[in-house]
Amino acid sequence: MSSRDHMLGLMAKNQPALLPLEETKLEVISYKDPVRQFAETLTAIGGKAIMVKDFSEIKMRIREEFDTTKRIVTTIPEFSDLAEMFSASVLPHSFENTELTLLHTDFAVAENGAVWITEDIMGQRILPFICQHLAVIVYADNILPTMQEAYERIASRRYGFGSFIAGPSKTADIEQALVLGAHGPRTMTVFTLNV
Amino acid sequence: MATREPGDHAAFAEKFNRDEARVNWHDETLWTVRKRRDLRAGQLPEWEALRSKASMIKDHTLSNLHDYWVQFEKNAIANGARVHWAADATEHNIIVHDILKTNGVAKMVKSKSMLTEECHLNEYLQDNGIDVVDSDLGERILQLADERPTHIVMPSIHIKKEEIGELFHQHLGTPKGMSDPQFLTETARHHLRDVFLTRSAALTGVNFAIAETGEFVVCTNEGNADMGAHLADVHIASVGIEKIIPQRKHLGVFLRLLARSATGQFITTYSSHFSVPRKGKEIHIVIVDNGRSRQLAREDFRNALKCIKCGACMNTCPVYRRSGGYSYNYTISGPIGSILAPNLDMADHKDLPFASTLCGSCTNVCPVKIDIHQQLYKWRQVIVAEGHAENKKKLAMKAMSGILSSPSLFKMAAKGFSWVSGILPVAVKNKFNAWYHQREMPEVKKETFTAWYKRNHKE
Amino acid sequence: MTVGLFIPCYVNMFYPEAAIATLSLLEKLGVKVAYPLQQTCCGQPLANSGFEKLTAGCDELFIKNFSSFDYIVCPSGSCALHIKDHLHSEKNKTLASEIKTKVFELVEFITDVLKVEKLYARFPHKVGLHQSCHGLRGLYLAQMSELQAPQFSKPEYLLNMVEGLELIPLERKDECCGFGGTFCVTEEAVSVKMGKDRVADHIKNDAEYITSADLSCLMHMEGILKRNKSDVRVIHIAEILNAQ
Repeated sequence: MSSRDHMLGLMAKNQPALLPLEETKLEVISYKDPVRQFAETLTAIGGKAIMVKDFSEIKMRIREEFDTTKRIVTTIPEFSDLAEMFSASVLPHSFENTELTLLHTDFAVAENGAVWITEDIMGQRILPFICQHLAVIVYADNILPTMQEAYERIASRRYGFGSFIAGPSKTADIEQALVLGAHGPRTMTVFTLNV
Repeated sequence: MATREPGDHAAFAEKFNRDEARVNWHDETLWTVRKRRDLRAGQLPEWEALRSKASMIKDHTLSNLHDYWVQFEKNAIANGARVHWAADATEHNIIVHDILKTNGVAKMVKSKSMLTEECHLNEYLQDNGIDVVDSDLGERILQLADERPTHIVMPSIHIKKEEIGELFHQHLGTPKGMSDPQFLTETARHHLRDVFLTRSAALTGVNFAIAETGEFVVCTNEGNADMGAHLADVHIASVGIEKIIPQRKHLGVFLRLLARSATGQFITTYSSHFSVPRKGKEIHIVIVDNGRSRQLAREDFRNALKCIKCGACMNTCPVYRRSGGYSYNYTISGPIGSILAPNLDMADHKDLPFASTLCGSCTNVCPVKIDIHQQLYKWRQVIVAEGHAENKKKLAMKAMSGILSSPSLFKMAAKGFSWVSGILPVAVKNKFNAWYHQREMPEVKKETFTAWYKRNHKE
Repeated sequence: MTVGLFIPCYVNMFYPEAAIATLSLLEKLGVKVAYPLQQTCCGQPLANSGFEKLTAGCDELFIKNFSSFDYIVCPSGSCALHIKDHLHSEKNKTLASEIKTKVFELVEFITDVLKVEKLYARFPHKVGLHQSCHGLRGLYLAQMSELQAPQFSKPEYLLNMVEGLELIPLERKDECCGFGGTFCVTEEAVSVKMGKDRVADHIKNDAEYITSADLSCLMHMEGILKRNKSDVRVIHIAEILNAQ
């Protein structure tokens, strides 16, 4: 017998009688101002929330906040004057020297400061991870209160890869001392577009 | 480092307690994490309802495990992943090695996976000429120190920064005496970035496998799983059969609980959902049993398989905090390890269910409501029933049982206090009494309550 | 209403004053109390050591001693919980399950059954309250720090009725003292360390007395206090609630 059949056989034999999966929806926390809550949470986890009114303001802030002499990669055509458009055909390793990655997001979550990004707007999967700094754009009306609403939004959408990203890469593996910039970005900036 | 050291929990704990300042440090560090967990849980009015919901989903899942794995396999294959089945640790290691051999890979990067620790994968691969680098900072530190994790979430929680500084000095060339966490982390960042860029295979653990979609979710704070997986040609994901959940939307329950329970974060920095391999690249999912289906058959203990490996029970455990992870002498330490280990080898781990005061704090923090302390109690009964108690103890307990069942024997025995030494070792004041080493005996009163009552309540 | 007084074996021997205070307090509150002289031990030490199967004799004796009472009251959360959770009899199934609903720890009996709203007691001291794990997490004598639920504390409710008593705050209000039955000798190192840490929390916060609804914890902490020549004393909650 294959291990597959052996293992599945044991599961079938040893699992208890079927217990129900109750579908009741939880009553979850609601925030008076999810946009503000998101900004506060993101700040608390070491990220930076910047309210902006349009793309030109984002460009201005990027020039202020980041070293634009270094490599900036984006998937958003509107930023091609400031950044290099990503390429799907190059090795992911070639993004190793990326200073800043600028991406769109699908939505953000107020309760934990996370943004949801799927592969289609990520360009290459490595892009939000390999850069020294990560900046993303979220529309204010795409800020959801909790993960419950987040998965209602994702629903049965298909993606090859998707990730919730909440703040800069971090570690506390040395005596629980928090250090930002473990393997991924050292900072995360979220531009919230209020249109 | 793969083999178990001789000794029981009490002996290892005694050794750990010889350095009281270090015990205090260990205890305070973990207590801080427990407090942060309380803070985060307290911010959600629905916290207890979330726990109930998570528990219900997991109970249901365990009762339908067969069908969910069949469903997962079908969907994962449709996504383009390859699915492997490993009945035990050895088979898991062979499968991983075969995948590497087939792809001509001699160097692999690995992110944190307690399952591969359980399988002793690193040792196996190294013995077969594969170079494995752990990329989680805590695990990398352990790899340099040639030690095992003492905590499932914070693997190197027992090591002081000065010791890490020395390790980095020896292995990574940092200046001697440098122990600043920021500096050491930066050093590891550069060192491991070179590793990520030069490995064509990456192995990760799995936090959740979703039957409905065939995708799996990996949670990290450092981003090491993503750095490894998105740069490698081959991504191997090892998953225990307890890690499955029915639907994607259930992540909306579990991801709210996991990090809050584990470290007091709102969510881990990265919760990555892997579904389809990158074009031309491979994802291999290795599904592992290794004793889990046996635990599934044990009615009193099966719900330990609900565990989502958050480590909250360790952080809150007053014993774990003061005995250290090594005292459990098993891959998974603390209360959850103590109810998982006897399933694998009862004789070998018979001490663990007794390494607890049954205070019950573990059960209260568990995000999936495993009745941990009740299971510790039940394991004690099973261990004794299956003949793993010492003969001396068996005889003492039998004698005590006789005395306690008989008021007249009890009265006779009570005069000489002989029965008490069975129940409470507070009657004999000598160097053989472990109570008396560091604690005074309670004072024996002139008159028992019974005698007083008889004197004062003549009926 | 007649209450059967269930006095743990070690209390009978080492802490008769706590048993006397329990009896006196209950009588003061107008309860008719009887003390079955044939009682021995609830069997918990056997069960917690993995020998639950050997407790049948204890269980039968307990049923014989206590089944006739309306309530059974015990000044120890741990022993009360053992009866509630584990009393078992093949011969007397009904009696055993009845007893499980009739057994109360002293504090919960006063707050939940007698519903006492006023006590005439005076204890002008700074007191630290130790929550025994079995009383807390087994009998729910107070809200547990791990849970996100409304706060309450039955022992604090009663202690606040005592004139002159000042309850001191603790940094870890419900951490285990490390007694744990045979754990205190089989795991001596950790047990002692837990006890030392618990006692230190009370001392740091200026307690004159440490009180609890469980004497086993107090006995453990007393052993540590005395060894370290501390002035802090332990006292069972019944003695405070009965103090004049």
